[in-house]
Amino acid sequence: MSSEKQSAPALGFVGMLRWAWTQLTKMNTAMFLLLMVAIAAVPGSIYPQRIQDTAKVTDYINAHPTWGPIADKLQLFDVFSSVWFSAIYLLLFISLIGCVLPRATKHFKAMKAAPARTPKTLSRLPQYRSITLSASTQKLPMSQAIEDAAEILKKRGYRVEIRDEGKSSSVGAERGYLREVGNILFHTAMIGVLIGVAIGSLFGYSGQKIMVEGDTFVNSLISYDMFSPGTNYNQDWLKPYSATLEKMDVTYDRQKSSPTYGKDIDYAAQVKVDPQNGEAPYTQELKVNKPIRVNGASLYLIGNGYAPIIKVEDGEGNIAYEGPVVSLFAGDPNYTSSVILKVPDSEPDQLAFVGMFLPTGVEQEGAPPYSADPAPANPMLVLQSYTGDLGLDNGVPQNVYVVDTEKMTPLNTMAMGNGIILDTQNTQAKLPDGKGTITFEGLKRYVGMDIHYDPGKPIVLISAILAFLGLIISLYVPRRRVWVRAHEDADGLKIEYALLARGEDPRLMDEADKLTELFARRWDLEFVEQ
Amino acid sequence: MEINETLAQWSEILMVVAGFAYTFAFIAFTWDLAVNSRATVQAEENTVQDRELVGAGARTRTASSARMAGVEQGTGARGAGYKASAMAKINEHVADADMRYDGPRRPAARIGVALMAVAAIIHAGGVFSRGFAAHRVPWGNMYEFLTTGAFLVAIIFLLVLVFRDIRFVGTIVSGLATLMMTVASVVYPTPVGHLVPALQSYWLVIHVSIAVLASAIFTITFSMAVLQLIQDRRERMILEEGKTGWAFMRLVPSAQTLENFAFRLNAVAFVMWTFTLAAGAIWAEVAWGRYWGWDTKEVWTFIIWVVYAAYLHARATRGWTGTRSAWLSIVGYLCVIFNFSVVNVFFSGLHSYSGL
Repeated sequence: MSSEKQSAPALGFVGMLRWAWTQLTKMNTAMFLLLMVAIAAVPGSIYPQRIQDTAKVTDYINAHPTWGPIADKLQLFDVFSSVWFSAIYLLLFISLIGCVLPRATKHFKAMKAAPARTPKTLSRLPQYRSITLSASTQKLPMSQAIEDAAEILKKRGYRVEIRDEGKSSSVGAERGYLREVGNILFHTAMIGVLIGVAIGSLFGYSGQKIMVEGDTFVNSLISYDMFSPGTNYNQDWLKPYSATLEKMDVTYDRQKSSPTYGKDIDYAAQVKVDPQNGEAPYTQELKVNKPIRVNGASLYLIGNGYAPIIKVEDGEGNIAYEGPVVSLFAGDPNYTSSVILKVPDSEPDQLAFVGMFLPTGVEQEGAPPYSADPAPANPMLVLQSYTGDLGLDNGVPQNVYVVDTEKMTPLNTMAMGNGIILDTQNTQAKLPDGKGTITFEGLKRYVGMDIHYDPGKPIVLISAILAFLGLIISLYVPRRRVWVRAHEDADGLKIEYALLARGEDPRLMDEADKLTELFARRWDLEFVEQ
Repeated sequence: MEINETLAQWSEILMVVAGFAYTFAFIAFTWDLAVNSRATVQAEENTVQDRELVGAGARTRTASSARMAGVEQGTGARGAGYKASAMAKINEHVADADMRYDGPRRPAARIGVALMAVAAIIHAGGVFSRGFAAHRVPWGNMYEFLTTGAFLVAIIFLLVLVFRDIRFVGTIVSGLATLMMTVASVVYPTPVGHLVPALQSYWLVIHVSIAVLASAIFTITFSMAVLQLIQDRRERMILEEGKTGWAFMRLVPSAQTLENFAFRLNAVAFVMWTFTLAAGAIWAEVAWGRYWGWDTKEVWTFIIWVVYAAYLHARATRGWTGTRSAWLSIVGYLCVIFNFSVVNVFFSGLHSYSGL
């Protein structure tokens, strides 16, 4: 650095902007931003992300009391919507636009302009050949040679222009304008993808619904177990339709020696769909990888399980509950599922049942029963019961799948040795102290459904297809310039031609060979291998 | 459909035999590098290399010399290449840029190629019998990704060999194939089984096959990038210190040639990776209800795509050609390996189909 104090010329605001713009649209900056996007995405795979699993994020923060909150502040659990990730990709896209726009205008002009002027010294170019037609054997006028060359080049897809240079004559030719079009198409389509993604997250929604066989889902807000609308979604936009789960079938691998023996290998739900748009209702199969599309929304099969039908009669002999109870399972291959049933309507005291559902229950000495198979070969309910106040009346909403039995009195527990075990033979149990009876009446299956609506999807798909096309064109359509010059000297007519690739072109030499062959055929030349 | 257990057992035996065949190919290629590098030194010293382009006289043209000259001039990288005189000096100590089969015979390399072909045939038996045993495509878990991936590496290598003499990457390629087969059999042995419902889709055929194919090409370009870095170092030594050491690198073309060739392969693989990404998104939409959700596997597939996109741009960026672009290719491949091994096994996500 020089010791002299240098005063930089005042840039001014516009100057600063122009300077920033120039820096941002530099290829080096684009490279840097690209690599930054790649690096910035890494934490998104290391830390649990809220968009996938909020519970995991909470667990992580609880497990790391010091680092957890800091990481949360740094948005490490929301990487892909974080300020820093957004900043990088937005800068990248601005840089991209800054690159594409001038290139597009430049190319638009180039497409209308004549091929580049013929260089003075053709032999300096990457591919250079020459043919001398000896005056004694061949009478080919200079102008004719150039016209022939132009015609041949034109047939090969070149745009040509013949130039009279006085003593010599030349033709300038260029092809592969599509290459740059593909390049611009690819980058523009990337912007299209971004717009599609944005539209989806603004105007789409997603929801979840558990449906037991026989249940009907009606598309309105209250029907959803969970509903998360996009930022700008208006719930009045929900289109009416209904879907009824008629039947859910599960196929199991029953080949004895197969490594996947006993596992469920296929799920198929029969769903009756009423689009409520004038079309007749129809029944469709819902499977994994086979969603149901209705009125712009899509229904996906993402979970399944058992819903035992339970009847509870209270101490006064009234039916306090009767119906299927959805039992959740946590990844056990034999579907050992947890059952929680709250019976607020039972008199004189409220009842709660907590326990397990086992599709193939096996009882054992001195240990609780277990499930031996995911198929319902011996459906069994293993329950404990409680009486007292469920605490539902204080207005605080409760999770259906969680019950707090702390303040309740146990009636039947495993510890007391009077746990309730119900199966297809023993379907009924009497609760102690005349609190009522519980009956295992039957079994249904349920499905867990995701319901999605994403209006940006078609835009993303079309953009992706265009980007892919653009990519292939920009990589594999060669852009080439060819110049042919002819002039007469003492030996005869000398025809020189040279080729120049614009961009990657490993087959430029083959093109030169091809041209040589075509010229030779046209002028009836023979080649001798030396 | 029942699993054919006899066929499944045959598949496992064939895979192991193929693994051994790759090991022998690896030994042959290494032997070739060790022995023939010395032989080529001698052969080159004995032959006067005539690379001058004979100007195509009236009605005559030498096909081969024109070709050679064209290669010399035609594919130089912008701004990064050496001057012609330096290039001529380097060319005396590296293999020809056109990568054609000429020069002295290399028996060990021939044995290597033959073993590679035999291995690939046995390997084909292993891959296909596994597919037929399970009545589905043989790429549903880690073992199958690796065995099918190694098979494609071998096939692509052999296919390129038909057109170009790239036996110089034989050591690395056969070594990687051996490694893949060993890891498959030792770390991820998985008996032939049915697919979980989420994988039962024709998208498995489309999305995963192209992903494995792209990874196989990245494997080969990774080998070339490593050689490019070594050759680049050696070229500098030749130019600056006049040393011509590392004789085994004499069988390898110049760093510039390697870069050009790897770029072409990487461009093909990038198109395939783009397709993998797009097809994966379409499948995710069908199976999970959203086309993109930043699942761990999606994150890494995206990172790989961005790194190779940067690699493609590097070629047109001043200061990013040569060694830097080779490093990008290596980083990209390390991401591919990471995405495959670490992400599949240790990260939880929707793509946890490792069969473990």
